[in-house]
Amino acid sequence: MFAYVMRRLLMLIPVLFGMTLITFSIVHLIPGNPAKVILGEGAPAQAIADLEERMGLNEPLYVQYGNYIMGLLQGDLGTSLKSKGEIAQEIWPHLAATMELTFFAMLFAVIIGVNAGIISAWKQNSWFDFLAMVFALIGVSMPVFWLALMEQWIFAQELGWLPAYGRQDSRDPIAEITGFYVLDSLIHLDFERTITILKHLVLPSIALGTIPMAIIARMTRSSMLEVMKSDYIRTVRAKGGGQFLVIYKHALKNATIPVLTVIGLQTGVLLGGAILTETIFSWPGIGRYVYEAISFRDYPVIQSGILVIAFMFVIINLIVDILYKKIDPRIKY
Amino acid sequence: MKLKSSWLLLLLVSFVLFLAACSGDGGQKTDKGATDDTESTEESSEGADESASGEKVLIFARGGDSESLDPGSTTDGESSRVTRQILEGLLEFDKESFELKPALAKDWEVSDDGLTYTFYLEEGVTFHDGTPFNAEAVKINFERWADPEHEYAFADDGFVYSMYGTMFGGYKGDEGHVIEEINVINDYEIEFKLSQPLGYFLQNLGMSYFAITSPAALEEYGPDISEHPVGTGPFKFVSWTKNDSIVLEKFEDYRVEGLPKLDKVIFQVIPDPSARLIALRSGEVDIMDDLNPDDAAVVEGEDGLTLLTRAENNFGYVGMNTEKPPLDKKEVRQAIRYAIDKQAIADALYAGYATTSKNPLPPVYLGYNDDVEDYEYNPEKAKELLAEAGYPDGFDIELVMSPTSRPYMPDPKTVAEIVQNNLAEIGINVTISSHEWAPYLELTQNGETELFILGWSGTNGDPDYFLSSLLHSSNKGSSNYTYYENPEVDDLLDRAKRAVDQDERADLYSQALEIINEDSPMVTLVHSTPVLAISDNVINYVPHPSTSESLAEVDFAN
Repeated sequence: MFAYVMRRLLMLIPVLFGMTLITFSIVHLIPGNPAKVILGEGAPAQAIADLEERMGLNEPLYVQYGNYIMGLLQGDLGTSLKSKGEIAQEIWPHLAATMELTFFAMLFAVIIGVNAGIISAWKQNSWFDFLAMVFALIGVSMPVFWLALMEQWIFAQELGWLPAYGRQDSRDPIAEITGFYVLDSLIHLDFERTITILKHLVLPSIALGTIPMAIIARMTRSSMLEVMKSDYIRTVRAKGGGQFLVIYKHALKNATIPVLTVIGLQTGVLLGGAILTETIFSWPGIGRYVYEAISFRDYPVIQSGILVIAFMFVIINLIVDILYKKIDPRIKY
Repeated sequence: MKLKSSWLLLLLVSFVLFLAACSGDGGQKTDKGATDDTESTEESSEGADESASGEKVLIFARGGDSESLDPGSTTDGESSRVTRQILEGLLEFDKESFELKPALAKDWEVSDDGLTYTFYLEEGVTFHDGTPFNAEAVKINFERWADPEHEYAFADDGFVYSMYGTMFGGYKGDEGHVIEEINVINDYEIEFKLSQPLGYFLQNLGMSYFAITSPAALEEYGPDISEHPVGTGPFKFVSWTKNDSIVLEKFEDYRVEGLPKLDKVIFQVIPDPSARLIALRSGEVDIMDDLNPDDAAVVEGEDGLTLLTRAENNFGYVGMNTEKPPLDKKEVRQAIRYAIDKQAIADALYAGYATTSKNPLPPVYLGYNDDVEDYEYNPEKAKELLAEAGYPDGFDIELVMSPTSRPYMPDPKTVAEIVQNNLAEIGINVTISSHEWAPYLELTQNGETELFILGWSGTNGDPDYFLSSLLHSSNKGSSNYTYYENPEVDDLLDRAKRAVDQDERADLYSQALEIINEDSPMVTLVHSTPVLAISDNVINYVPHPSTSESLAEVDFAN
């Protein structure tokens, strides 16, 4: 197992290296020029040339790439052209915001999705099954921005139950420790604030979690149905095992592998930052961080931002692979 | 086997825990609903603006985050909106116009030759960090902008003072740089010697970009000054969460007695305009900028909200490259102006929050010429002019545009389509091609386009920033996108730039506008009126055409 994990971690190196090469070339192939964006419309050509020189943008591309890689090897993600700040420092609050939202969105998606899938399979062709699958279909096909705006309209504007935007009450901001606000408020033992922060999480989590939830529900159902048809389940039943025992003890375990794959992939996708959700709920996450950088042609931020997202994706996949083995010891690496 | 079942047990327990968490969550949700309900009733009786401690906190919702809080090194409107509260310049603009008012300079004198400006500074003013404000501080700030080698210029960290370069003709050592020397006469008297007269020198000093930073803070923070602004303004900087919010608090020792009224101001980023409006309607924010004109009716019909408009400070146009045939013929350009239905564009795209424009200058500006004859929609006349120019059957032409929405042009694509239809009526066959903003600008700057859609927004409230930038022949290749060249206009603009007497300048600009109207290098379309919405609870808030207004006098009713 240890050897396997090490091997996988070593494999990360070429993957991430390839990633840097791809993002670097794409970023520098898009037309447009950060010096021009910084100086504004109608800036004189000389000023643009001077600024390019100062920012090192007039160097040949392979030199720029070399400098970037050398920096990365020393743990330096670079400096933002726009804010002039260290990217490593800037990126963390955004990443934490996205991770917190992803965690709660996936919590919602997994709890509802897995259980709905199980019950649907258990009571196949019942009204519950029918209803759940119709909802799942709607969930998969619903545009996220529409769902988000509807949520805001109903729960924030009309009912006034939940806040429409942000991670916390901006009139009364929290003293950050880890960047995960729920955790921070628990560390401060400030439970009133925990509630406020959780309230801010409800609407974006549901908006973001709906598609994964629907996919998970459908995957759980079909996987469960397949397992339920297998011989060993019939044997358990013959031994007189009750329905609940059959489902949750014997069937679920074997049905979990494909569901786990989907959960892993979806988590990776959400960690990449959901720009629409983050924009509508003004969630200062990594998706918006990279997106804003693109319109500014902030090359270092785009490159390092994508690199961090790719890294998270690979790590999530690794965790999922390790879990496979935990769940099904027959799997050998 | 033993191991297997314990693993299974773990799995089961975790599912039970999940379920428990789920129901717990549900319970909490109703709890939350209940507490929130009482909260919101409390809020409506108390006013949503007051936090628990009874502080007056205003939340200003806007679409984008600031780039930097060092005003001199950015050209970003979202930055100066915030720095306007923290730092002050020698002069400032009046509440609703670009008229000048004293700020850190209480009085000033201009020599007859227009080359020496003497400012008398407010005494007893301190920066937020306790450093006294004096003439030396002013000098350090101006030298920092002018000289890339200055110890506080931070050029190696990517700081560029491009607004300074644009407004004062370049940097130290450049030929066009107008500020020759700055002399500190005593602590509260400072003299600027210019190398040549500059008609809008004072006007520049009113801009929020030329606000004075505490020299001690420049020393302390170095390049981090962009995240630690220290000025003399009504509010002190507290914190900045990127892409989220900037928090400011009242400066107790503000130089104006009794101000500011608010205890705290929060600039909150809510990128989506619909979400921003929902946040305002649900009482979570107090002011929202950049309202979608289509939502104006909603705001007007809603109790508790007020719709506000900013004075027009821009114009959108269809540019014609005057060097490319057949656009090099004046009659052709005039024909195109007659053929385009500006009113239809204003009605279709701005929901009535725009006026058609005849001058390439907004009406509030010095020298605006209301006497020029407008090119009202008249396809017949357009056809005649085309025939006169030798194109009775029209011609083929390309219209280039970028779909990026701009303040003066919310939907360039639809404008392009209307123009295409209008010109088809007089036989001109338009092909539309679309580019991303940055490459589009490059194409147009290089004069590689024929027809194009652009606009211009004002900054220092001076006509020079519109007319010289867009139409002076020396700006071909940068901001003179139409490649327009008329020596007479160049001369009038040069004289107006150097003149110090404002009436004389107004007259010169009016004359230039007359000629420009005849030459028609561009089809001026509309001046758009930005709309915003505020809660009725907020009083004394006056939107400024530059989009940066002081919040010192803003308060809550009740």
